[in-house]
Amino acid sequence: MKTQSKRTVIVAVTAAAVLGTLAYACRTGGAGAGGVPSDVALAVYVAPGQQDEFYAFFSGGFSGNLTVHGLPSGRLLKTVPVFSQFPENGWGYAEETKAMFNTSFGFIPWDDSHHPELSQTDGVPDGRWLFINANNTPRVARIDLTKFETEEILQIPNSAGNHGSPFITPNSEYIVAATRFSVPIPNRDVGIESFADDFKGTLTFIRANQPGEMRIAFQILVPGYNYDLAHAGKGPSDGWAFFTSYNSEQAHTLLEVNASQKDKDFIAAVNWKRAEECVAQGLGSAMPAEYAHNVLGEDRLARSEMLTSVTVLEAPTCTDMVYFLPTPKSPHGVDVDPTGEYIVAGGKLATVIPVHSFSKMVVAIANKEFEETIDGIPVLKYESVMAGEVQNPGLGPLHTEFDGRGNAYTTAFISSEIVKWRLGTWDVVDRIPVYYSVGHLSIPGGDSRQPWGKYLIALNKITKDRYLPTGPELAQAAQLIDISGDKMRLLLDFPTMGEPHYGQALPASIIKDRQVKMFALEDNRNPNAALGEDRAGVERKGNAVHVKMTAIRTHFNPDNIEGIRVGDTVFFHVTNLEQDWDIPHGFAAMGAQNAELLIMPGETRTLVWVPKRAGIYPFYCTDFCSALHQEMQGYARVSPAGSSVALRWGTGGTWNTATPVANDGN
Amino acid sequence: MRTGTRLVAALAAIALGLAFVLPLWSITLEAPQYPEGIGMRIYVNTIAGATPHDLQNINGLNHYVGMARIEPDSFAELRWMPWILGGLIVLGLTVAVTGSRKLLVTWAAVFALAAVAGLVDFYRWEYEYGHNLSPTAAIKVPGLAYQPPLIGSRKLLNFEAHSWPATGGWIAITAFGVIAIAAVAELRSRRNVPRLAAPVDAVRGNGGPAVARQRVSREAGGVERRAQPAARS
Repeated sequence: MKTQSKRTVIVAVTAAAVLGTLAYACRTGGAGAGGVPSDVALAVYVAPGQQDEFYAFFSGGFSGNLTVHGLPSGRLLKTVPVFSQFPENGWGYAEETKAMFNTSFGFIPWDDSHHPELSQTDGVPDGRWLFINANNTPRVARIDLTKFETEEILQIPNSAGNHGSPFITPNSEYIVAATRFSVPIPNRDVGIESFADDFKGTLTFIRANQPGEMRIAFQILVPGYNYDLAHAGKGPSDGWAFFTSYNSEQAHTLLEVNASQKDKDFIAAVNWKRAEECVAQGLGSAMPAEYAHNVLGEDRLARSEMLTSVTVLEAPTCTDMVYFLPTPKSPHGVDVDPTGEYIVAGGKLATVIPVHSFSKMVVAIANKEFEETIDGIPVLKYESVMAGEVQNPGLGPLHTEFDGRGNAYTTAFISSEIVKWRLGTWDVVDRIPVYYSVGHLSIPGGDSRQPWGKYLIALNKITKDRYLPTGPELAQAAQLIDISGDKMRLLLDFPTMGEPHYGQALPASIIKDRQVKMFALEDNRNPNAALGEDRAGVERKGNAVHVKMTAIRTHFNPDNIEGIRVGDTVFFHVTNLEQDWDIPHGFAAMGAQNAELLIMPGETRTLVWVPKRAGIYPFYCTDFCSALHQEMQGYARVSPAGSSVALRWGTGGTWNTATPVANDGN
Repeated sequence: MRTGTRLVAALAAIALGLAFVLPLWSITLEAPQYPEGIGMRIYVNTIAGATPHDLQNINGLNHYVGMARIEPDSFAELRWMPWILGGLIVLGLTVAVTGSRKLLVTWAAVFALAAVAGLVDFYRWEYEYGHNLSPTAAIKVPGLAYQPPLIGSRKLLNFEAHSWPATGGWIAITAFGVIAIAAVAELRSRRNVPRLAAPVDAVRGNGGPAVARQRVSREAGGVERRAQPAARS
């Protein structure tokens, strides 16, 4: 009897414990706020001191720059200035960097950057570089991923609205660039209504795998449509690149109506290996052009060269190079699946997602299954190249990426959702709402031969009520979605800088151990560097005063300067003598009309300063460098024009007047 | 001298050669701002940073508390320490070649002397750097000196300083240990020669009768081996 009651108690307690646990599990596993299960917190939690699994690179859209985030946390790690001057660190203001902004239009301080593209080897992101486009004044940039710094910018002539770039070929042979606006080529003064006669598009192939020597290999002249996006083939389709176009109506005004009339526009399929042959056979023509090529050299000095010619190919003279694939309703994105067989179009006004087959295209070309020929470009029959259509894909399909497991994910802008479907069967298998109006999406390696299909990032154009409101302009945002299971799971919202137009991501392990920690002082070749405090000094050359200044914890040398006069232009050449990781110094001078400098260890940067009035001007270090950072300061005395105050300088109470010995390169 | 001892002496001398290229001693500093550590390595002929810029950075940090700059060229010791090391190696090789027991003991003694002198000198420099502080230093903590420990760890403001032998140092210590044991063993075996008859009592306190018997037999063998060269000469 006693034993039995004991057993009953045990059973009852156990049952209570099990029920309690289940109840708790249901509660914690169930829907929390905003329809998100509360256990997703663990999926994105990166504990203090821990590092993220992926680097994600987001274009800044109208900010003109690039931001670097960690995934899955979404934490912002860095802004890499590219096409926009960045007073925060002096990019485009420091004399050593100004040449990066040169174009045939002069110094351009801003642009609109849309598509980051990681370099690839054998069709897989390799973490060497990241390329990004400038839309407004057509350019492409190369960012080095050991320094997270823009190293090279190439202008693209015969282009306007460089939206369709910089998509890369599997071994980084080329990045491509398609002109959004067709324009007269060469550009000239014509009537806008002569669009159909005089306006052309260009598809540009830029040699990408030789750092410091990006060059336009060739441009292909195409009919005057709007060219939008591109992707290169891979695997069996390696050697081809695919470009969407819209406005085959050739409207030059009210495009929202006039460019939306035809049932089908085109994807241009370009056989770039054939184009190479044509160039080698001399079938291209050298067209005069003026465009800038800017490089931040190993010596950390930016230089510009103005190039004067570009090789142009045309379909009639280089046959078998370009074909048009009819594609429904103003296609936007064009994405090639990891196998290289399927070419997915985002017909932004279409009710289906059309998918072309590369192998069918090859057969159709061989059998000459053409509908017509436009400017020497054969138009293949839609039925001959179509692999399938995804039905009911959501409204406004734009972009597709892949997880490497036979699934494709397409953004639907208008219905604000991401639709998951199967390659081959074209069946929609899952869909998830996003907040709101998603443009691009990004899966790490999701446009490559080998996606790391764990996360998907939705890059949304509108956030409305998702964050605390901040006046009329609200945060733009990314949303992190878990795609490792059958059902997509929304994990996290995080705001991004500018418009997060597109992003690419790769495992952190590929690049994190290759980071440059500082620049070796002994390799500093800046002619104005002071490679030691004994080399610091001031020199007057007419109205120019050159201050060769050193910065080391926790003083400038010199930190007292007298003898500057109103009317002088002062060049502060500041060398950071530190050789320690994470010890940049900053430099700011009162009344500077440009920016400040951030100087990395071992580097020299120059700020031009033009004092307008006599007086005492403080300068100081802006990057909190040490316990005595607030002591890292100095004074410049500015005397009236024509003053006889002698030029002298020093640190620690000793005044110097002699010009220092020039650097001998040691 | 036993062949084994001569082999040991030769190996110890050759191993000591590694101390020409490997650091003898390591001082590592850790602080919240230096989670990866910052350190210096003392070689037989120089002082270097654990990474190429560590010494410069240590000097940079030290200036806040008024410590003198560590300039490797200013240490006379670093000029003649390689000669002492070379001498120890030559002596060791001579021991191996000649088999002289007396020389072996001398070697061990000189080695010990050099080691003690080196540590005393090291301590003296540490004391000097830790106590001779600039009166205009930015950071002055009354009563606090910045002398790193001779061996072990010590907290110096935000830094935890660790001072330990480095690879070359450990090799030297091992070499010395082996030489010292060899010397003692050789001395003991010589002492034991005329006392073959009554060895058990001498070692009973150590390991008991069984061990004692083993030793007897080994020492007996030793006697035989030693007898051979004498017979030839």
